[in-house]
Amino acid sequence: MADAKVIPFDDDRGRGRGTGRERRMRTEGGERGSGTSTRRSTPGEGPLKSVPEQSRSEGEPVPPNEGRGEATPATEVSEPSMLERLLGSDWEDRAAHGLAFLRRRLTGEYEVDDFGYDRELTDQVLMSLLRPLYEKYFRVEVRGLENIPDEGAALIVSNHSGTLPLDGLMLQVAVHDHHPADRTLRLLGADLVFVLPVVGELARKAGHTLACAEDAGALLERGELVGVMPEGFKGLGKPFAERYKLQRFGRGGFVSTALRTGAPIVPCSVVGAEEIYPMVGNSRTLARLLGVPYFPVTPTFPWLGPLGAVPLPTKWTIQFGEPLPTDGYAPEAAEDPMLLFNLTDQVRETIQHTLYKLLVGRRSVFF
Amino acid sequence: MGRVVLVTGAARASAGAFIRSLQDSEEVERVVAVDLRQPVHPLGAAEFVRLDIRQPAIAGVLAGHGVDTVVHLDLQGTPSPLGRSRTAVKETNVIGTMQLLGACQKAPALRRLVVKSTTGVYGSAPRDPALFDETMRSRALPRGGFARDAVEAEGYVRGFARRRPDVAVSVLRFAHELGSAREAPLAGYFSLPVLPTVLGHDPRLQFVHEEDVLGALHRVLAPDGPAGTFNIAGDGVLLLSQCARRLGRPTLPLPLPALGWSGAALRAAGAPDLPAELVDVLTHGGAVATGHAREVLGFTARRSTAEVLEAFLRRRGSGPVPPQRLAGAVDLFAGLLPGRKEG
Repeated sequence: MADAKVIPFDDDRGRGRGTGRERRMRTEGGERGSGTSTRRSTPGEGPLKSVPEQSRSEGEPVPPNEGRGEATPATEVSEPSMLERLLGSDWEDRAAHGLAFLRRRLTGEYEVDDFGYDRELTDQVLMSLLRPLYEKYFRVEVRGLENIPDEGAALIVSNHSGTLPLDGLMLQVAVHDHHPADRTLRLLGADLVFVLPVVGELARKAGHTLACAEDAGALLERGELVGVMPEGFKGLGKPFAERYKLQRFGRGGFVSTALRTGAPIVPCSVVGAEEIYPMVGNSRTLARLLGVPYFPVTPTFPWLGPLGAVPLPTKWTIQFGEPLPTDGYAPEAAEDPMLLFNLTDQVRETIQHTLYKLLVGRRSVFF
Repeated sequence: MGRVVLVTGAARASAGAFIRSLQDSEEVERVVAVDLRQPVHPLGAAEFVRLDIRQPAIAGVLAGHGVDTVVHLDLQGTPSPLGRSRTAVKETNVIGTMQLLGACQKAPALRRLVVKSTTGVYGSAPRDPALFDETMRSRALPRGGFARDAVEAEGYVRGFARRRPDVAVSVLRFAHELGSAREAPLAGYFSLPVLPTVLGHDPRLQFVHEEDVLGALHRVLAPDGPAGTFNIAGDGVLLLSQCARRLGRPTLPLPLPALGWSGAALRAAGAPDLPAELVDVLTHGGAVATGHAREVLGFTARRSTAEVLEAFLRRRGSGPVPPQRLAGAVDLFAGLLPGRKEG
């Protein structure tokens, strides 16, 4: 029993140290769960120091490249040139890579899919822009990624909050950067997104499309991973006092689409997005004037102008839950209102419970 | 006993090609070509009847020649090559279709009606699905112009199909063609040295090759050609920015109202017009699903959207900033990197 208690600590620390070193070596970070494991392992580091060697000698042999091996490439480079010291040792490769990218962009030789998803632009530019927000600002911790299938269609259903749909973007980064099978999340957005210039263009290029049964069905039939926030504006623009209280889940259209395509439903709970813009008021007059569903008034916005639009640096947790299979039903099930309501409620309850559980486990809004 | 086919809109070059290719088919005994003006291109052995389809005289032609198949190609997006105004084109599109259908209803020998329509009937609106199939309708009707005409004409065609269930009615909705600038609005647009675009929008566009237009028409005219409505488009989509870069034509992003004014300025300068529905296309674009045509009609466009644009580029040549030159400049820069053999 004592061993069983020790080994997880050891594993945890070994991983934490490895990734810590990797982070210093590489320019781009983003190992899954590395932040938590380093943090958790630090207090126990002193007294347990001899344990790694002990358990390694008993168990599996040490792979040559693990841990210490990582340090060798940097030491092998004997005399780095001026440019290399300034820009890093792989700057040539990166420059060539960047130029090849530029060449494809300038000549238009890249592909977009039928929905306007520009994979290259998303991978190289859009995700790089969002990553600092994800890793450094909101320090998103993602759990349960194994619940997203490695291949085939699935419908991720998430809560929606935060006044601006940053939670959707962070979900996309989470799946893009951390899912082992390199999946792409195709979000379904409100029509307002696609009416707006620039925003609509970028949304389509990032792989999002209009939240309608036709597009959702078409994407699921192609075996894509589709993300939907059934609360819509009701969830996004709810007052701060109602945070983490799920709103009505639309009319359950997402369940009907999932049933029709047999795609499993993966419930997803996002904690942290509610507090980025604490919406204490809503100016209906301004909202009507601007043609938007709500006009948020927060302690800082619009009083501080653009500065008030800076989100609060809350700590986020994204939890993907157990998938709910939908392929066991009869073909006419998609038309059965009772079943649709039941399944909708089931998904909603799961997300609400997970939210409460995550909230109880949360130490502070910001850490 | 072969078939007698009547083709409307024969004065257009694309219709001329169709009429000539129709005569190669064994089942077709005679082709009657109809238009308001004498076509300048050869029609082969087809019999040309100079006739305005807005006039009831069309009924006499149908009965007199014993026509059993009508191919209605006179649903046009651009003023005719012989300088008809937009108003006259709209009249031909809507009133002409009504008159033609009225005549068809009185023609007992008629067995088949094929109408060449456009994917413009789905409109270009941000609140619509990304991919339209034949059963969907836009939440917002096209604002005007050819797309609106096509919606109205298709309405009359549906009415006709209800009244004459013995006639196989097929409607082919074609994506944008990139033929001659006179017949394809987008071809005219892509011939501009600088492409005015809508600021903050990058629409998805879908093209179809002229050969695929002919192919689809022939497929639906075959004895086992099914009735129904079919989307015909090349595979894949291209963004407007992609098209502009591949064509080597710089873009000039303008706010939406300014694009309307630039249309007026272009018209004043005698350049190809930028009609209102083209502005919609350039703002939101759109794409259609072609699965129904593949499964029911058994027709797949042989040229993809990208290949249609490539063919257009070969025919027209590239614009002021050819992509090869840009690529060459980047390669030159890549060659300056020390320690790299290939770019």
